Amino acid sequence: MLRAILCLLLLTLPAKAEEVVLGLSQDEVAITATFDGSQILVFGAVKREKPIPAGPPLQVAVAVSGPSEPVLVRRKARRFGIWVNTDSVLIDAAPSFYKVATSAPFDTVLTDVQDLQHRVSIDRAIQSVGATFGTAAGSGGAQDFTEAVKRIRGSQDLYKILESSVIVDQQTLFRTAIDMPANLTEGDYSIRIFLTREGEVISLYETQIDVKKVGLERWLFTMSREMPLVYGLMSLAIAIFAGWGAAAAFRVVRLR
Amino acid sequence: MQIYLPIAEVSVNAFLLLGLGGIVGILSGMFGVGGGFLMTPLLFFIGIPPAVAVATEANQIVASSFSGVLAHVRRKTVDFRMGTVLLVGGLIGAALGVVVFNYLKSLGQVDLLVRLCYVVFLGIIGSMMFVESLRAIRKSRAGGPPPKRKKHTWIQKLPFKMRFRTSGLYISVIPPVIVGIAVGILAAIMGVGGGFIMVPAMIYLLGMPTKVVVGTSLFQIIFVTAFTTLLHATTNFTVDIALAVLLLIGGVVGAQIGTSLGTKLKAEQLRILLAMMVLAVCIKLALDLLIMPSELYSLGRAGGH
Repeated sequence: MLRAILCLLLLTLPAKAEEVVLGLSQDEVAITATFDGSQILVFGAVKREKPIPAGPPLQVAVAVSGPSEPVLVRRKARRFGIWVNTDSVLIDAAPSFYKVATSAPFDTVLTDVQDLQHRVSIDRAIQSVGATFGTAAGSGGAQDFTEAVKRIRGSQDLYKILESSVIVDQQTLFRTAIDMPANLTEGDYSIRIFLTREGEVISLYETQIDVKKVGLERWLFTMSREMPLVYGLMSLAIAIFAGWGAAAAFRVVRLR
Repeated sequence: MQIYLPIAEVSVNAFLLLGLGGIVGILSGMFGVGGGFLMTPLLFFIGIPPAVAVATEANQIVASSFSGVLAHVRRKTVDFRMGTVLLVGGLIGAALGVVVFNYLKSLGQVDLLVRLCYVVFLGIIGSMMFVESLRAIRKSRAGGPPPKRKKHTWIQKLPFKMRFRTSGLYISVIPPVIVGIAVGILAAIMGVGGGFIMVPAMIYLLGMPTKVVVGTSLFQIIFVTAFTTLLHATTNFTVDIALAVLLLIGGVVGAQIGTSLGTKLKAEQLRILLAMMVLAVCIKLALDLLIMPSELYSLGRAGGH
């Protein structure tokens, strides 16, 4: 009975004209001891019941975002001849990683209104609306601090807009590759795929990719958090053993 | 070869870390300094988060000091008695230092104070040693008798006297304990072993023979840094074992090479080299404070450091 009602409900819902069928080269990014970055291949097709609508072609935007966290941004200034941290602003939430790939220049793919609604561009992904905490808050300089987050993370290859890097075939197939740098942090990374026409979002597909440490990395990390004393003692034991080992080895070498 | 560090959460070149460990290890063996005052800024420079760098460096110093001290034990240049007395002071000092550090952290600006500490102490000690060693070298070139150490009369008058056979001293335990406490406090605040302060203090304040100073300093440093490592591991979770292993493989090998190099150099030459290095680090840190940085902004975790 319940199932029948659900079916009925689904049928009555307006079906989307165009939908995303997505494939990813990997479901998770495993951080191993020799991890030095990764590349995720995002590819898919557009499923549609009707023929391709006339007018401007379909555009695709792919946004990959790391977990969002508050960031405290400090600014240095010269005081008594030396450079010290003076002002600070707390950015409410900034993703640890953020890359957007689009199939055309950003403005063509998304209008400003749609960008505002879906928070796609880097500026919108960083939420500093309530940047009211901190010594520089309210002085109108908060914008500089948001810019600093973009600049610093951008230079670390964590933030990037990749315009015209999504290849769209016959308005049906699309693919792109997103580079993940080596300095990734753990967490659930969200992948959002926007299908747009004339800058308006007509379909949104969301999925997640797990970025996590595995093997030895996982074991050491968990141990350092859950058994810190054992972990500390183990570090010391390794240090003492290595020190003794080297001394003994060199003694053998010298005696010969 | 790139390697991902589990706690620091960055990927760095393994050979770079081995090399850094090796160079600092050589210095450690030669001068009896832990090398932390050089390694910690170097780790910042290659992108290791400061909190991880300081904690892991403490662990690495344990290894290189232990390796170095074994060589000194065999040559009988460790004054265990003096080392133990200094150590008692050192542990008290380190505990006090952590309290001071956390207080400064609550005030903010702890980075600046640590840097200023470095500049002031490295500057004073470096120039003192440099001038002293130059004078000593000039005297020995002139062919005069070796300079006699000043006897501190007020030190002779203090109670609780103890005989330190290896150092050939009969002095009160109060000055070494005070030196230990002072060095322990500074060591905890600056995130180093404290050898670069300990060595001159032993030579100039306690009047210990230079040959014994290095081994004794290393002996004391092992315990103080081990204590610091445990403190960091249990409170801040910032000891990166993978980083430590890479640094200490280079470090222990370097320390062995350094110790044998140290025996081939004269005491005055050794001291002038150390003085020059201390001054170089001091100047570099001072310039960082004085010159306008290329990036005025820095990112930090909210609520943490």
